[in-house]
Amino acid sequence: MGSILSGAEAAALVRALPGVDAVGLEARAAGLATRSVKADAKAKAIDLAISMIDLTTLEGADTPGKVRSLASKAVRPDGDAPATAAVCVYPSMVAVAAEAVKGSSVKVASVATGFPAGQVPLDVRLADTEAAVRAGADEIDMVISRGAFLAGDLERVFHEIKAVKAASGEARLKVILETGELVTYDDVRRASWLAMYAGADFIKTSTGKVGVNATLPVTLLMMQAVRDYRALTGVQVGVKPAGGIRNTKDAIKYLVCVNEILGDDWLSNEWFRFGASSLLNDLLMQRQKLKTGHYSGPDYVTVD
Amino acid sequence: MSEHADRLRVKKTYKLYVGGKFPRSESGRSYPVSSPDGAELANAALASRKDGRDAVAAARKAQRPWAGQTAYLRGQILYRAAEMLEGRAGQFAEELADATGAEAHEALGTVEAAIDRLVHYAGWTDKYTSVLGGANPVAGPYFNHTTPEPLGVIAIVAPQDDPLLGLIDAVAPAIATGNTVVVLASEAKPLPALSFGEVLATSDLPGGVVNLLSGKAAEVAPHLAAHADVNGLDLGGVADAGLAASLEAAAAETLKVVRRPGRTGTSLDLLRQWTEYKTVWHPAGMAATAGGGY
Repeated sequence: MGSILSGAEAAALVRALPGVDAVGLEARAAGLATRSVKADAKAKAIDLAISMIDLTTLEGADTPGKVRSLASKAVRPDGDAPATAAVCVYPSMVAVAAEAVKGSSVKVASVATGFPAGQVPLDVRLADTEAAVRAGADEIDMVISRGAFLAGDLERVFHEIKAVKAASGEARLKVILETGELVTYDDVRRASWLAMYAGADFIKTSTGKVGVNATLPVTLLMMQAVRDYRALTGVQVGVKPAGGIRNTKDAIKYLVCVNEILGDDWLSNEWFRFGASSLLNDLLMQRQKLKTGHYSGPDYVTVD
Repeated sequence: MSEHADRLRVKKTYKLYVGGKFPRSESGRSYPVSSPDGAELANAALASRKDGRDAVAAARKAQRPWAGQTAYLRGQILYRAAEMLEGRAGQFAEELADATGAEAHEALGTVEAAIDRLVHYAGWTDKYTSVLGGANPVAGPYFNHTTPEPLGVIAIVAPQDDPLLGLIDAVAPAIATGNTVVVLASEAKPLPALSFGEVLATSDLPGGVVNLLSGKAAEVAPHLAAHADVNGLDLGGVADAGLAASLEAAAAETLKVVRRPGRTGTSLDLLRQWTEYKTVWHPAGMAATAGGGY
C-alpha cells in the first residue's frame, strides 16, 4: 500500500511531532526489564522468541554452503523447537536461501538498497531491491539515507522509501532506521513516523554494522510510534530490533515490552521480529536446560 | 609506623576471581571469615549458583585457546606464577598462619612447598604427552599413535584444611594439561586461595583458565556437578560422604569424569586424571604411496 501523503505533508507532520522525554523513556524501559519470567512462561517465551528470529548472516565471506546450513538451522533449529521466522541474507544469496527453505514456513528476507550504508544512487538501490524480489525474497530490509535525514531532507527520505516500497511489490518492506547513527530519541521518533507514512510494513532499529545497535529504550520508543500510528490511521506496522540481542534474558525483556506497549496483536512473528544470529543458540541452550534440568554450553549447539 | 599508630587500616575485601576479573558475588552476599581461634579476619564473597554458571562460561571460553597454546608457554606461565608467589611468600605465609593457626615458620614452609609444586608442574607441561602417549606397534601399514588431550572444563572442590597447597595440588595438574578450572575454595579458609587469584592474574595466565569461588560447597557444587558443560569433577574437598555420593550421581547424569574424595596418586596420575586419550591411525608405507589400502 502506497502512501497517500505528499512528501511535504509527511515532512511537516513529522517535524510537528513532540520531543521525547528521554529520562521517562529510559526509566520505563528499565522498569519493564526487571520483570521476572520463569518456568512455563519462560518456556513459552523462549519458543515465541525462536519463532520471531530473522536468522541473519551478512558477511562478505558468506558462501552458498553457509547460507544453506543457516537455512536448515532456521527450518529446524533443534529437536522440537519451532522454526525461525525468516533467514536474512544479502541479495546475491537470496536464490540459494529460497531454494533451501522451500516447503517450510521460513521466509527469505533480503537486505537491499546498498546495505549497510545506503550511500549509492537511488536507481542502483531500486535495482538492488528488484533483483532481490526477483530472486525470491519475501521480505526486503532497506536502509534509509541517514545522510539525507540528518541533513534535514526528510522529503527525499520519504520519496526514497516510497520508491523502494513500490519496487518491493508483494514483498513486505522493513525500513532500517539505523538508530545508532540517528543518535537522538527525537530523531528516532521522527524517522519512525516518516517510514510509516511512506508505507513501511516494519520499522527496524539497526543494520548490526555500527557501534550502537538495538537498545531497549529505542525499541520501546519505536513500539510507541507503531501503537500511536495504528490508533491514528488503523494501519498496523511491525517492529524489528536488530543487532546486540545475544541472550535469552534480553530477548524476554523485549517480549515483555511488546506485551506491555503493544499487546497481543503484535505478539507473533507477523508483527515482531528479532534480527539476530547468536541469540538463537542461547535460546536453544536455555530450552535444553528447561527440558533436561542441566545447563549446557556452546558444545551442545551448532557452530555457525 | 609509630607516628601513624592512629591510622585506620585499609582492610582488604576478598572477591571472587572469574574470567580474569575480581567481581563480587552476583548475589551481593558475603560471609565473615575467622581464624581457628575465632578472631575475625575479613569478609569474603559468598558465591551463588549463578556465579558458578558464569565461571563455567568463562572457563569454557578460555579452554580452547589455552589448550591450543604451546606446552612450552603453559609451562612458562606456571613458572611465572611460581615467581609471583615467591615474591609474595611473606604475605601468603601470614594469611596461611591466620587461616590455619599454624606457626609462622610452618606456614612459610607450606608456601614454599606450594611454589615448588607449581615449578614441578611447569616442568611437566611439555613432557607428560611423551610419557602417557606414544607410538603404538600395530600389525599393518599404519603409523599409530596415542596422545593425551585435555578433558575441557574441570570443577574442583578444593581441600578444606589445606587452603593453599591443597588447592594448587588440585589446580596445577589440571591446567598444566590444557584444561580450565572452576574452583570452590575452602569454605572456612578461603582467603589464601582468593589472594592466589591475584598471583595468577599477574602471571600472564589468560583470564578464565582458573576461576576461584568462595562459598558453601553444599550450595554451589551440586550445580557444577549437574552442569552439562563441565567435563570433570574433583571432589577432593568434599568432607560429607552423603554430599560426595549425590554429587557423583549428578555428575554421572552428565557424563563427567569424577575424582573421589581421598584419592591420591603420583603427579603423573594427577596429570592423567583430567586427560583423555586420542589414538590416530595414519596410513604409512605402501598403503599411503599407493593411495589406498584402508
